[in-house]
Amino acid sequence: MAEIRLEKLTKEFKETLAVDHIDLVVEEGQFFSLLGPSGCGKTTTLRMIGGFEDPSSGAIYLGGDDVTDLPAYKRNVNTVFQSYALFPHLDVYNNVAYGLKRKKVDQADIKKRVEDMLVLVDLEGYGPRRINQMSGGQQQRVALARALVNRPAVLLLDEPLGALDLKLRNQMQLELKRIQREVGITFIYVTHDQEEAMRMSDRIAVMNAGRFEQVGAAQDVYKLPATAFVAGFLGASNLLDGEVEGADGSSAKVALAAGSTIALPAARLPNERGSVRIGVRPEKIFIEAAGSSGGGTENRGDNAIEAMVDISIYTGVSTSYECSTTDGSKVVVYVQNMGASADALAPGSKVRLSWHPEHTFAVEKNSSTEGGDNEMSDRGGTT
Amino acid sequence: MARRSRRWSPVPYLLTLPGALWLTVFFIVPMFTMFSVSFQEGNFEEGFVFTGYWQNYTNVLTRYDTQLFRSLAYGLIVTLVTLCLSYPMAYWIARRGGKNKNLFLLLILLPFFTPFIIRTLAWKQLLGDNSIILGTLKGWNLLPESYQVLATSTAVLSGLIYNFLPFMALPLYVALERMDPSLLDAATDLYSNRRQAFLRVTLPLSLPGVFAGSLLTFIPAVGDFINADLLGGVNTVMIGNVIQREFVTNLDYPEGAALSFLLMGMIVIGVFLYARVLGTEELTG
Repeated sequence: MAEIRLEKLTKEFKETLAVDHIDLVVEEGQFFSLLGPSGCGKTTTLRMIGGFEDPSSGAIYLGGDDVTDLPAYKRNVNTVFQSYALFPHLDVYNNVAYGLKRKKVDQADIKKRVEDMLVLVDLEGYGPRRINQMSGGQQQRVALARALVNRPAVLLLDEPLGALDLKLRNQMQLELKRIQREVGITFIYVTHDQEEAMRMSDRIAVMNAGRFEQVGAAQDVYKLPATAFVAGFLGASNLLDGEVEGADGSSAKVALAAGSTIALPAARLPNERGSVRIGVRPEKIFIEAAGSSGGGTENRGDNAIEAMVDISIYTGVSTSYECSTTDGSKVVVYVQNMGASADALAPGSKVRLSWHPEHTFAVEKNSSTEGGDNEMSDRGGTT
Repeated sequence: MARRSRRWSPVPYLLTLPGALWLTVFFIVPMFTMFSVSFQEGNFEEGFVFTGYWQNYTNVLTRYDTQLFRSLAYGLIVTLVTLCLSYPMAYWIARRGGKNKNLFLLLILLPFFTPFIIRTLAWKQLLGDNSIILGTLKGWNLLPESYQVLATSTAVLSGLIYNFLPFMALPLYVALERMDPSLLDAATDLYSNRRQAFLRVTLPLSLPGVFAGSLLTFIPAVGDFINADLLGGVNTVMIGNVIQREFVTNLDYPEGAALSFLLMGMIVIGVFLYARVLGTEELTG
């Protein structure tokens, strides 16, 4: 059964539409991420589910019940706040026990549940500590324990790892995933970090300007972005302008402005004719000097274009090439540094870029703005 | 660098020296002098002699017990009323003040731009038998002609409350402003309604402000004599008035000194008990 269902949920702040008529279903026991840039409405959505923000219109269902008008303290959800929001006047034990005490659970039961929970989050014996004696990572665990100990139907997490340093962050991502599997509770996780979302989630909703751009399994969203925004926000991608030439059975042909015609599964075209943008991920492209005719026996893909190397950047594990096509479009390619054969192609070299039709996706020509301009440069080569 | 900082350095001590000297000359020495005076006998014309005459204390306690306990009672009432008046005000400014927080704080402090005595004299005008307030009400026959506020404890208390309100409001504001508002979200998330969230989170976290505000209000209010002087009558004489009279009119320095130390002792004990009740850890943490 669906644990959470949002129906045309909307939130207006004065002039701005923070959340714009979104519909969503999250199944029981899922690790679900709301991913988007800051200001996209993901935190507002979470706060409406938690009951801290009243929707302007629309409805929220929890396990089938309409909770839209239920105050936060009557909802069977708990939240891990971005700033942790631990009570500084209470020790760790009493922070974790806070919710159970309000629910009038009996003392012996509270003690047992709190202690079990402290073990689960790896804080056994920390009960009498004061909050200001705990490190950031430990406070994070206390916040998690304080929410989970109430056994909510859904746990809401609002960028809970945002304040931690990178190493601790990676460790806590695995930890959170482990805990989620162990307790089997539905997690709704808000983040602006696409890697974090992909690493942890069963399903992801990519949000932009108060709307969902795409909702789906992490792999599907990465492999087949539905919009230019998703393609740019979730990982790096190359987008090339083209015109649909027509379909031949399940395969369609698109003439690229860069000069060649490529193929892709027809079902992936957003429109049957006219202009589209063709996408391909940088790690899916093979690069070789023009006219070298491949040489190897491996199939390097039937889609190919001519280009010229602008910059090559050696990053140890891989080399990334920034190339420009004949029409001036930019294409980024990642090449794993496997051995001596991968001699760097010098800037200025003419190259042939090729990839498989099944690694090709297409988005609408005039769809929303491309997401995350930073993605190409700082998130590169992390496959 | 780290090693150097661990070595003994005279600088911090030199920095505290001016303040320490000032307090020694103008606070500690006079305190001991007055303490010694409180055990002296004699009169102003022939001079006072130290005889260890502790009866000064029992004498003033029996003679001025009414005024002493009245002052403590007034102090308590003033503290409680200012607390009740300023808490919602400080809360509102801290939470809802928005961009205008500083403006509201300025408004609270504005009366301080005029001297204490002038402000109290203004209250005397306001509370007068034929003032704007009472005169108007009497004119509408809502109050009998003989009704008066001046020279009653109501007048003294309202003057004290007015004058000491900011001393309570500002520490409360600081404590409430420092509180992370997401703690209230956390409390409601954990099944507390608004009332429980206030009692379990906001109130405990504002206790340092309540404590500081109470001290800043209670101590000067108990020892105040201006309000009783200007707004009160024979039945509202406070211990401050008595001490002032002993020193300035009666020229009985030993009894004045004994009364002062008696008052100080009572306040110190009271504050100590109060701190125990509120929990000192809250105040330092």
